[in-house]
Order: sequence, then structure tokens, then C-alpha cells
Amino acid sequence: MNSYETIIGLEVHVELSTASKVFCGCSTRFGEKPNTNCCPVCMGIPGALPVLNKKVVEYAVSTGLALNCTITKECMFDRKNYFYPDLPKAYQISQRYSPIARNGSIVINTNKGEKAIGINEIHIEEDAGKLIHDADNNITLVDYNRSGVPLIEIVSEPDMRSSEEVLAYLDKLRMIIRYLGVSDCKMQEGSMRVDINLSVRKAGAKVLGTRTEIKNLNSLRAIARAIEGESKRQIDILESGGSIIQETRRWDDSANESQRLRSKEEAQDYRYFPEPDLAPLAVSDEMIDRLRLLLPEFREERIERYQKEYGLSYYDATVLTSSKKIADIFEEATRLCNMPKEVSNWLMVEGMRILKEKEIDPWDMCLTPNRLSDLILMIEQGKINRTQAKEVFEKAFLEDIDPKAYIEKHGLGMISDLDTIIMTARRVIDENPQSVSDFKRGKTKAFGYLVGQTMKAMQGRADPKAVNEVLQNLLK
Amino acid sequence: MKEITSMSAIAISEKIRNRELSVEEVVKAQLETIKKREPLYNCYITIMEKEAFEQAKSVQRKIDSGEFTDSPLAGVPVAIKDNICTGGVRTTCASKMLENFIPNYDATVIDRLRDAGAILIGKVNLDEFAMGGTTKTSYFGITRNPWNPEHTPGGSSGGSSAAVASEEAFLSLGSDTGGSIRQPAAYCGIVGMKPTYGTVSRYGLIPLASSLDQIGPLTRNVSDCAAALEVISGYDPKDSTSFNINKYSYRNSLKSDVKGMKIGVPKIYLEESLNDDIRSCFMKALKTFEDMGAIIEIFDMDEIRCSVQAYYVIACAEASSNLSRYDGILYGFMAEGYEGLDELYKKSRGEGFGYEVKRRIILGAHMLISDNYETYYNKARKIRNIISRAYAKAFEKYDVLLSPESLNTAPRLDDDNSQKKKEFRSEILNASVNLAGIPAMSIPCGTDKKGLPIGLQLIGNKFDEASILRAAYSFEQTKPYMRPSAIEDNLER
Repeated sequence: MNSYETIIGLEVHVELSTASKVFCGCSTRFGEKPNTNCCPVCMGIPGALPVLNKKVVEYAVSTGLALNCTITKECMFDRKNYFYPDLPKAYQISQRYSPIARNGSIVINTNKGEKAIGINEIHIEEDAGKLIHDADNNITLVDYNRSGVPLIEIVSEPDMRSSEEVLAYLDKLRMIIRYLGVSDCKMQEGSMRVDINLSVRKAGAKVLGTRTEIKNLNSLRAIARAIEGESKRQIDILESGGSIIQETRRWDDSANESQRLRSKEEAQDYRYFPEPDLAPLAVSDEMIDRLRLLLPEFREERIERYQKEYGLSYYDATVLTSSKKIADIFEEATRLCNMPKEVSNWLMVEGMRILKEKEIDPWDMCLTPNRLSDLILMIEQGKINRTQAKEVFEKAFLEDIDPKAYIEKHGLGMISDLDTIIMTARRVIDENPQSVSDFKRGKTKAFGYLVGQTMKAMQGRADPKAVNEVLQNLLK
Repeated sequence: MKEITSMSAIAISEKIRNRELSVEEVVKAQLETIKKREPLYNCYITIMEKEAFEQAKSVQRKIDSGEFTDSPLAGVPVAIKDNICTGGVRTTCASKMLENFIPNYDATVIDRLRDAGAILIGKVNLDEFAMGGTTKTSYFGITRNPWNPEHTPGGSSGGSSAAVASEEAFLSLGSDTGGSIRQPAAYCGIVGMKPTYGTVSRYGLIPLASSLDQIGPLTRNVSDCAAALEVISGYDPKDSTSFNINKYSYRNSLKSDVKGMKIGVPKIYLEESLNDDIRSCFMKALKTFEDMGAIIEIFDMDEIRCSVQAYYVIACAEASSNLSRYDGILYGFMAEGYEGLDELYKKSRGEGFGYEVKRRIILGAHMLISDNYETYYNKARKIRNIISRAYAKAFEKYDVLLSPESLNTAPRLDDDNSQKKKEFRSEILNASVNLAGIPAMSIPCGTDKKGLPIGLQLIGNKFDEASILRAAYSFEQTKPYMRPSAIEDNLER
């Protein structure tokens, strides 16, 4: 069999996390009651007009700068015309002829090392509503809350060659965007959506093969599977003497295969033309310079700084910065308790374990820097032991729980009252005469047993050191 | 005393503010006139009788408590073209498609009229979605010309012009995409102004062609026009194409003085196949201006020759997109007996729109498909730029340009095809103004042999409504007011 090369380019839609929509003042909040975040503008009521949200432009420009793009200073919006019930105006305001940013690139890391992936363009557009199919009643409902939520579409060059590279690219993209703070990039909530353009060609061939576009990819796993599946499908066709048809395909993850959605001939002509309801958008040099200055410290810079400033290892700094959220918690908690190593350990060991076990996105963790710092200080002051602290950490990591209040409420704190320890130790001595005489005959093992029994009687809430001392005194 | 409804808007408002008349009396008189004349002229699609009396009460209260002292439209009944959204009152665009559409918000111009104490008396007829020049494509029947009911009032703001001429409203709002205010104003012997693009907010105007549409007043004299423009104009943050310039007092430009004013007449307008009566009337008008001390010069401006073609491409292209939302799902008539989404779209749009609207949608969509974009749309945009530059150049030299408003007076209603070609050419006088985004108005300047009014078009530089108002006002002082006596005769029939 011939060896083939897979060529992949991505179109990534990212929902921007501005408080209001791109062309009106409605809230962008996710998960609200259907059709409550709507107004004449985003409902497309005849006569209503769009007004551009300046914040959206800033977010898009910042993203362009972070992805090393050239910003378009004179840009316009265009109408993309098509009929669908989730699109109230029957056109989407987008940017066809002059996208806000062009010609960028980012560097990804895979097992094979570093590689630059080109960014063809970034454009601003509005999201559509959401169709909800009610199979029981055989009706379709529309929720327009999402209509007009700002999106940027990031179109890559066809520079990727494997699912590994694609995942690395998406990971890097998401990291940059989250560090920028312009989107939460949650695939499961649809705030990051990925379409794949894929073609194959014989290794060494110069010309690109015919590509297909694959839609409906709801997770990174689905993306990886779709790439493997579509490459194989195309190679099989070519190997059996067939040719690839340019078409749009829909990935069915449960069936692990793609189905044809529409061919190039069936593709709609969107009749793009400049949006006459919006004035041309001028992006000033001042704005670009200001936003460039405001770009945050990205991961690479933080890795450097963490090693220098906190004396962390390269590995630890890398893990801590793998998510902006964790990195921010690390820095702030360290500032509060001044114990970088402790903070780092908790996040690296327990934090990473929970993320992995529960399969959650760091973005969704509940732990705050304050609470982590409180917990660490309580351990330090002997108010709680490590075993208990682990339990509290996990609670506070997953839920909105204040460790201090939680420990009090559940009686988890250490018993530091000496009288209680003495009383318990006396009882243990009385109940275990054999061990006491063993100890007195010089069997040190027996002492350990008595300590253990005392600790057990106190549900592990006593300081082992104090128990030791008390027992030694009592057995003198 | 002159009949209440025959008075001008600012005269009636003054009487109201001086407590010579109550707002309710005026509203009552207006509704009586409407009821008397409406069966013949059919200006209105919706008469807002109940709302008008409610508004009258609240406006009267405010006047009594000392408000509206400088509001030239306080208490004045105003008719609104039925493509301007009125919250709670159906807004049909004269189409079956929107027969039952009740907006949940007021257009900005409606807000401004309310704030000025004007009384919204009703919604008036137009060509379906403002596409046409006769008001005959309305789903709600034809409107007749108050000067002669056998003739069209023009269009698309035909209800707006007929209502003002027949005294069924003191003034009205229309919209002008390629002459839709000026031509019906000319046909009905009244004053109509299309302001500079961006002067009046389009928020709430159901769009025909967004880059050309502009709302403007139709009135019985130039002073009313200035007053109305002053009320409705001004920056609106809800319309990104509205201009953020200081509000202008148009009433201050009403001075009878054109001495030394430089007036240009583009030769191309005189080369058109003008009707003889219009030509001689226009020449007389030029003479009048000259007699008043203006300097008249005929000059070449051939760049506007292609304005009709460019206008049609842009207007149809934008309309095809603007009218896409009427698909039976959220907006528009929903057909019955369909199978699947595509058929729902096809049937709803097929049955909901009239012929002319469908014709323009198909043309517009065709011109926008990617293979045609360069050939039509982009070329039209280039022509548009050339036309804008030509006007800009002309205004380096002239204060005001003059032309006849139309090549003919109002055609008969039964005159169907013979007029079509000429009408199309007539748009050269109007459409180039919309393409350039500059202001223009039509004022009456005489009648033809049949007694039908003739309009004179005054074109100004961007944001220089003041100059054309001044010229129009000066000209108006030389002529007696033209009232269509037929409005009373016809009722005797």
C-alpha cells in the first residue's frame, strides 16, 4: 500500500465572553430561560438596526495580536444570506471581504518537537439561535438567547498533518484564548466549535488533494476519531481507484463514521455583500498599541518566572501553568500564605488527581486562592491533619465550600485540648493491661500500639506528637 | 375662521398653544375630514382614532402645564407611512406579508414626534414594501390623487402625499429610497423632503434598501417642512449610520433671500424627454430665481447618466436581503398545507409577496450570487462613488441644484404600461440623489394643462438642508398656495 499524508486545516468558532451581545445590549449568559435574553435587534424584528459592541472588536483584536496576526485597520461587515429557522434575519452579519485579522501563526509542541501553524484569518460574526427538537411531540422549538452572541472564527492554514498536531493546536489555541480571558472555550457548552477541512495525498506529492469538510465535532476525542476515520475513508477511496468528492460531511461519533451532508454543488451561495446598516469599522493604531500593551503574560513567560521567582522546577511550573485558572490560583494563594512549595504541591498532586479522576475542565473548578491559602495555614498551625485536609481540599475543589466553615461544621478540626487527650489515653491504658505490661517489659512495639489505639479513639483528630508525650508521661 | 384642517401645521399648533383651540378639537376635526374623504381617496391603512384621542388628552395636559412652548408640532395630527414601526399599532408595509404585524417598539422618529407632542393619527398607504411609484402595488387598495381621483398620487409614499394634499393630515412622514417622497409630493402639489442620509434615524423604518432609505416629511408648505425636519432629525445611537452632528435649527433658514445664491442646472436633466408643460414651468421657475437675484448656470454632469442602473442593482440587492426574514417562521404570512421547511418558505413567500416585490427580490438575489457580484454589485458601487464625487464637485461651485422633479405629471391610474418606461427614466432625476446621500426636496411650481401639479426639485450639498430650504422658502413667497379644490368638489359627486 502507498503511504499517504493527511492535510488538515481547522475552522474554530469561539464565543467571546463579553457581557452583552455583538449588536445589541442583551446579556450573553448561558443557560437562561429560553427567549429571555432577546430584543428587537437580536430577534431581527423588522426595522431594528445593529450597533456594534466595541468590546467585541477589542477582544477580536487582542486575539489577533496574541496569534501574531496583522490587524485590518479599515474593516467592514458583510451579510451572509441563508434561510434557517435559527437565523431571525435570514442573514448572519459576518466578515467576508475584510476580516479583522490576517496572516498569523502559533507554535505547537508535539512529540516530534515544535511546529508553526499558520492562521489565515480571524473574523467577527454573530451566533444564531438554537433549535430544540421535541421528538415526542414532533415539533421543533427555537431559543433565540444565543442569537447575536459574539463569535470569532479562527481559520488556520492547512498546516496540520495528524490528529496529534490538531489536538496540540487546539490545546494551544484554547490556552492562549483563556490566558487572554476573551472566552472560556468550553466545547461541551458550544463556546468553542471546530470544523475540520481534510484531504490526503500520496507522500511527496506537491498538489493538495480534494478536501472534505467535517462538522458536528463535539469533543476532542470526536475530533481525533473523525480525523482517523476520514483519512482512512479517503485513502480507501483513492486506493480502490475512486476519487474524492468535495463535500461537507457530518461526524457521527457513536457510529464512528461520517455521513455526507451536502456536496459542493448543493452548497448554498451566501450572496455576501457589505452590511449597509453598519458604518465601516476603523481600528486605530492607538487602539492596537493599547491592546498590545494590555496583552497578558502567557504560559511560556510564566514558566520562566515561576522557576525564578518561586524556585519551582521546570516540570512543576509547566504543570501549574497548563491552565490559566490553576496558575492564577497558585500565584494568589502563594501571595496570601507565602508558601509556594506547599501551594504548588497541593495543586500538582491533589488538584491534578481530582481533575483527572473526575474528568473536569480546570475552568470549572471551584477552589479559590483564599480557601487554598486558609487550608494550608490551618495545616501549618496544626489545626487539621493532612488526611483530613485532603478530604476538605477535594470538597472545596469541586464545590463552593469554605474550608474553615466546613471543618467547624463537620467537627474535623484537631483536638488540641490536653485534658481530652489525657482522659482518652488513660482509658486506653486501662483497657489494654497486656500491652502496658509488654511495654514495661521493654517491648517498644507495644507503645506504638497504644498510640494507635488512642488516635483511633479520637478519630484521628489528635496531634500524634501530643498523644506520644501524654502516653510516655502516663506510663513512666 | 378657515376650516381647521385646511390650516398649516405650525399655524394650528400656534392656535393650540395659544389656547384658541384644544388638541381634542383639532383631532376631532381631523378625524371628521378623514371620514368624509377617505372613502374616495383611501389614504389610510389604519386610522388610530382611539390612540389619537388618548394622545390628545396627554398632550393637552402638558400644554396646560406649560410644556411644548417651543414645539412647532404640539397637538398636530400627523400621518405615518405604514413602513415605520409604531409600537402596538400594526405596521403592514402595505403587504399581505405583514398584514398582522404589530411591532413591540416605536421607531425613533415616532419617539421624537411623541416627545414633540405631535398626534399620530394613522398609518398611510404605500406601494408594497415601498417598491413602486404609484401606490398601486399596495395590498390594501389604490390611493387616489386629491387633484384628480382618476390619477395616481405617486409613490411609494402615495398615502403620505395624498393625505396631506386632501387635508386628511396636516403633515406626514414618508420614506425615500429613489424618489419616494419627492415624486408623490410633486404629483400631489405639496412639499416633500429627503434629508441627507444619516440626518434622520432609520431605526424602526422597515428597510427597502438600507444604504439609500431616508425618512422625511411631506407638508403643505416649506415652513411646516422645516419644523417637521427639526423634530425628527438628529443623531440616534441606535442607528449606526446616523450622523453625530449638532442638531440644527432648520427654521432659522427660512429667509426670503437668494440674492447671489449660485444655482446650477445639470444639462442632463433638460435633455430628458420632459413633458412640455413641465419644461415651460421649470424654465419659469428658473426665471423667478433669476429675478430674485440668484445666479443660474447650466452645466454638464454626465456622470449621473448611469444612476438608474446603479440604483436598481443596489436597491434590489439590499432589498432581497432585507426582505428575507419574511419567511413565515418568525415574521410574515405563514402559508398552510406545506411539507417540510423548504416548502414552507416557498409557499409563504410565494403567497405573501406581490408581483413587484418578488420581481425585485429575484433580481437582487441574482445580482448577489458570487459569480455576479463583481459584474453587478461591485460595479454599481463604483458608479455610486463616481456619482457622489460628481455631486461633491458640483457643490464646490453651486449652493443648490435645480431640476424638474419628474418627467411627467401624475399619470392616470389606468395608465399601465405606456408610462412604465418613462417612469423608469424619470428616476434619473431622483435616484442619483439617494446614491450620493445628499438632501433634496420637491416643491410645487405650477400645474399642467390638465390642472395637475408640477414639482420643482432642489438638491443640496451634504448636510446643507439650510440652503435648499432657503431657496424653497424664497420661491414659495412668489406663488400663491396651491390647494386642490377638487377635494371639496369630489365629495359633492
